[in-house]
Amino acid sequence: MSATIYPGKAAVETYGWLQAHKWLLLRRLSQTSIFVLFLLEPMAGIWIIKGNLASSLIFDVLPLSDPFLLLQSLFAGHALETTLMTGTLIVTVFYLLVGGRVYCSWVCPLNMVTDLAARLRGKFKIKGGIHFSRQLRYWVLGMTFIMATVTGTMAWELFSPVSAVQRGIIFGMGSIWIIVMAVFVFDLFISRHGWCGHLCPVGAFYSILAIPSLVRVSAVNRDQCDDCMDCFTVCPEKQVINPALKGQEFNRGPVILSANCTNCGRCIDVCAKEVFKFSHRFKNSSHIPVVGNKEARS
Amino acid sequence: MKQANSISNRRQFLADTARTASAVTLLAFGLGLYARQVQSLPATAIRPPGAIAEKNFLSACVRCGLCVRDCPYDILKLAGPADTISIGTPYFEARKIPCEMCDDIPCVKACPSGALDKDLLDIDNARMGLAVLIDQETCLNFQGLRCDVCYRVCPLIDKAITLDLQHNRRSGKHSLFIPVVHSDACTGCGKCEHACVLEESAIRVLPYTLAKGELGEHYRFGWKEKQKAGKSLVTPDEQHEFNLPKGMEYDYDGKGLIQNNDDVPFSSNPLDSLNRQTEQNP
Repeated sequence: MSATIYPGKAAVETYGWLQAHKWLLLRRLSQTSIFVLFLLEPMAGIWIIKGNLASSLIFDVLPLSDPFLLLQSLFAGHALETTLMTGTLIVTVFYLLVGGRVYCSWVCPLNMVTDLAARLRGKFKIKGGIHFSRQLRYWVLGMTFIMATVTGTMAWELFSPVSAVQRGIIFGMGSIWIIVMAVFVFDLFISRHGWCGHLCPVGAFYSILAIPSLVRVSAVNRDQCDDCMDCFTVCPEKQVINPALKGQEFNRGPVILSANCTNCGRCIDVCAKEVFKFSHRFKNSSHIPVVGNKEARS
Repeated sequence: MKQANSISNRRQFLADTARTASAVTLLAFGLGLYARQVQSLPATAIRPPGAIAEKNFLSACVRCGLCVRDCPYDILKLAGPADTISIGTPYFEARKIPCEMCDDIPCVKACPSGALDKDLLDIDNARMGLAVLIDQETCLNFQGLRCDVCYRVCPLIDKAITLDLQHNRRSGKHSLFIPVVHSDACTGCGKCEHACVLEESAIRVLPYTLAKGELGEHYRFGWKEKQKAGKSLVTPDEQHEFNLPKGMEYDYDGKGLIQNNDDVPFSSNPLDSLNRQTEQNP
């Protein structure tokens, strides 16, 4: 484990606090401004976007819809509607460009809750809890479709904390704090990264949706890595880093190709050696020596 | 050693898979039962105009709230986590605030998923529910008073609610103006329920499944069949000649007893009878 007191300390010392939290701050800005935009109408009477993350309308023309909901609706036996399909298509293309789980790290309001839980877990050294398989979410995802078919309703939506919380924020439902607290406590005491990293079928869906997505984090300067482990400590899906960061000796490229990378950019922030940066999946040749020569390392 | 390892790995894998599968199955059971429970919409919750049948509605509505946002009177709400209504779906409660029945039906236009049927072009064809005068014991009109409020506020007055006259047996000389709801016109907007002057409304909008009876497929009303055929289908019509008072006839088309003026021994003017009596007993 890292010898530093908290992950990213070296980066803060090297580049200053702001630079070492750049992507984190941008994500928080994105997460909050989405809800500010939705709330502009009821609060200030300004129409920019209305609806919620399930389906919305920008400037009264551009529809956006959640493909996960469309699929559940199809499994529940409802025929396709043009508006919903158009909205879904736009959203799908967007996530194919920026990365599927960008939904998780840049949009979903629960991300702030689970990030906080993970941070407190590290800070107060809360250990143990239930360990789930990273594959569990795909089982849950399959279950949501099966239950939609069996019950003929969008059964998952009755339970989904993601849907309930985003809707609750936009439509001012006080009782969603119960759900927020439940997810927080679950992640803090019961399972590390339990919700977003192991259970949530929304993240599982978006990871599959955008397997070939374009924008990816790349460990371009992996030669510089000094094994401080800060990136592993902050990463919510740490299993995605290793193949790229330590892949040189197996002739793997530096791009993190795992669909479960959320493109949150925290690894970029906390790395004092500037190993990571945002890149795209096609810049993935392991034969381009970035710094120094790779033979010397192995 | 290697073989032992691979067997133990396989065992581990199978055990893990079984554990995951059972956990997810349990979750699915819970979810399925819960889904069944909330499928029944409380009778007081009314879906927006154009909502497709409840069962299909729950597979179609993506809970985006666009109908709520486009409702100019802020009537619609999305169900919250603490409500007994399927979470996130739109509804309104007539007693609190009824549907204003906008001509352009903005809520239906806003729906992206087809949960609200875009074929609904005329709001008068909406069937959000059916008003039922549910308590005759407290309804003021049933007591012989002229409240009439439900009738007056009805957007389809004299079509969806009519006042039908009945004899007031308490006073013996007045009429009861009975509000009668007609399902061929009532949209279920809830104006009547909202306006009812009682502490608890005597007239309520109920879901069709609760409010409406249904005849068996085979059931026929004799008089309707007779009207359709233009004649009696069983036996020839017979006048009630022996039971009718003199000068009266019976109309089978619904008028009931009618007077045959040619055959009446008495004048239609009651004064004539009085005068005749004074003539006879001067």
